[in-house]
Amino acid sequence: MTRSLSKTISGWGCYPTAKSILIRPELMRDVNIPKQGSLICRGQGRSYGDAAISSQGQVMLSERLNRFLAFDDSTGILTAEAGATLAEILETFVPRGWFPAVTPGTQYVSIGGAIAADVHGKNHHHAGTLGVHVTELELMLADGHRQRCSPEKNESLFWATLGGMGLTGIITEASFRLIPIETAAIMAEHNPASDLEVTFKWLEDTDYDDQYTVAWIDCASARRHFGRSIVMKGHHARRDELPDDWKDPFFVPPLCSKSIPFNFPSFVLNRFTMAVFNERYYRHQGRKKGSFITDYASFFYPLDALAHWNRLYGRRGFLQYQVAIPDPYAHEGIRRLLEHLINSRQGAFLAVLKRFGSANAGLLSFPVAGYTLALDLPMTGKKVLNLLQQLDELVIKYGGRVYLAKDACLSPESLRAMYPRLEEWQRIKQVVDPERRFQSDLSRRLQLAGTL
Amino acid sequence: MRGAVLILGATSAIARGTAVALARRGHPLYLGGRDEAELARIAADLIIRYQIKVHWGTVDAGNYAAHGLFLEQAVETMGGLEGVVLAFGYLGDTVAARTEFEEVKKIMAINLIGAVSLLNECANYLENKRSGFIIGLSSVAGDRGRQSNYYYGAAKGGLSIFLQGLRNRLFVSRVQVLTVKLGFVDTGMTFGLPRLFWVALPYTVGERIIIALEQRQDRVYVPWFWRYIMFIICAIPEFLFKRLKL
Ligand SMILES: Cc1cc2nc3c(=O)[nH]c(=O)nc-3n(C[C@H](O)[C@H](O)[C@H](O)COP(=O)(O)OP(=O)(O)OC[C@H]3O[C@@H](n4cnc5c(N)ncnc54)[C@H](O)[C@@H]3O)c2cc1C
Repeated sequence: MTRSLSKTISGWGCYPTAKSILIRPELMRDVNIPKQGSLICRGQGRSYGDAAISSQGQVMLSERLNRFLAFDDSTGILTAEAGATLAEILETFVPRGWFPAVTPGTQYVSIGGAIAADVHGKNHHHAGTLGVHVTELELMLADGHRQRCSPEKNESLFWATLGGMGLTGIITEASFRLIPIETAAIMAEHNPASDLEVTFKWLEDTDYDDQYTVAWIDCASARRHFGRSIVMKGHHARRDELPDDWKDPFFVPPLCSKSIPFNFPSFVLNRFTMAVFNERYYRHQGRKKGSFITDYASFFYPLDALAHWNRLYGRRGFLQYQVAIPDPYAHEGIRRLLEHLINSRQGAFLAVLKRFGSANAGLLSFPVAGYTLALDLPMTGKKVLNLLQQLDELVIKYGGRVYLAKDACLSPESLRAMYPRLEEWQRIKQVVDPERRFQSDLSRRLQLAGTL
Repeated sequence: MRGAVLILGATSAIARGTAVALARRGHPLYLGGRDEAELARIAADLIIRYQIKVHWGTVDAGNYAAHGLFLEQAVETMGGLEGVVLAFGYLGDTVAARTEFEEVKKIMAINLIGAVSLLNECANYLENKRSGFIIGLSSVAGDRGRQSNYYYGAAKGGLSIFLQGLRNRLFVSRVQVLTVKLGFVDTGMTFGLPRLFWVALPYTVGERIIIALEQRQDRVYVPWFWRYIMFIICAIPEFLFKRLKL
């Protein structure tokens, strides 16, 4: 007996929304593919746009399918149902000295969602995406049967599923590697870079690099300080790096208790408040001189400290725009994007720049060797949509791409110009899901599986 | 080390919530249910997360003849039991039950007869040991018959009365019997039902149940405010109540 619930849902950016039919299996045996109509899986709904919503079909919530099934403490390989979240993994394994090999900027993601988007972290230039630490997946295909795949077995299905945005099947189980840590703390360092040149220079300089490195850019600051940033780096602290008074080396910081209770009025976040915020943040973070010890949650998940922080942007929501620009055009491309953004006078609240290591074999996987820039932009209707369209053109010009897990407004044509392996992916999609059982608003908007 | 606890109907969401509350306190667990594959998954999860001993075995509420053997097996595997949580239930289809007696039988067989049969065995075992506890998951639906779910309500009401009698009988043997009256909990049973309010999460419910056990309560409403709702509902005189669409 599976009941459904009709509800208006959205991604994390609160735009766009869709009246969707939700189903929620409690047990693995209740997972099945509807005989009619389409289906898309939804983990924690932390993708920003329309990847995990569907206005024309069912949306299956994986939140109750979250059992840990096996853990091998000689290899660190964990097998879990795909609804298990990173937060649960951290809570269980950090005290035992293990950490996810790759983590995005929030711990409230499901393993299935993280694999479907092939997420990256601050260590992509050293460790690659989460997907490359996956040793095996179990997938429920459109015909309802379960198929295992890995980089060795049914590889094409495996590489179509990493970054495949839930469109090849439902990931039911995944096995992936955790890495050993000596302590739960992070040894971090913040270095203020005076402009974009310096920022690039430091991101390529091993002295300013560490296991995890990212630059937070003050994009409210035009002209003189153009592209000034705080280059933040850190690594899992070794036992001997902890101060003597650090009580528990494997302390798991408690989950957030503060929450934004309702949508803020939209005037709260505007160009001026953003400029003030950016200025303050730059000064505050830049003041932390030298290296310092911090807990892993403040380092990796600063935004998780405030539940429902997306409501700060008000009812209309906001857009995340994340692009990757490959070397050797990355510097020029990123510079042009930032210039265009600043000239448009539509402030971005947050801008993060980071270096990407090489791409993996995932056909729709986002990262490519070069740089990635992520921006948060309030949804202001036409104005911002036009801006993003202009940015898309620049991205295409520099051979780059937009991240599908955050996208809400790309066009099918732009997508085709950005993802050269799309056709290869479509051929596999056609084999495993000929009737296009798996669809989301994202897949229909971008005609990911091809035109109908 | 804490004593082992048997969970009957361990694949339900509330059972899982209760199992977690027990596991956090270090109780080894024996999971009983019908679906081997799901029991194995839930057991693996509890072992990995809480590093406790967990075993499982299959049991069907409707197969009364097998209940004695099942309990023996659980006791033997765990080297004795401290307590039992009876968590299975079947909501059934009230409308279908009006015309299909098979549905009525199923509702009664699982919620009442199956529960009583298993708890009989457990009660005798614990009475002999002169210690331990029984937690029976009943429902506010059993407090007063309403047209929307009176078959289920009748079975759960019967279970509540049975637990009351058991509490009375086992008092001298120092076996605690806790009756849990559940309101709306966010499970497969309630997902998508219209007009629900303040639905509790299974983990919160599990924790509440075990706290009530530790406080040595006889009866607890979860979520708590159902106690007041049911107080009011039960206070409505029948001549009025029968006119209501509840
Ligand atoms: C604050 C914040 C910071 C972030 N930081 C980063 C970052 O640093 N790096 C990064 O890469 N991303 C980042 N993200 C994006 C996030 O990691 C991805 O969107 C991730 O996919 C979200 O996981 P989810 O479980 O919420 O998935 P959902 O949003 O629910 O779904 C995402 C996609 O996965 C599919 N999916 C979900 N579960 C399954 C399944 N079991 N089987 C098949 N398909 C499935 C869905 O269909 C959908 O296409 C961030 C997001 C937020 C909100």
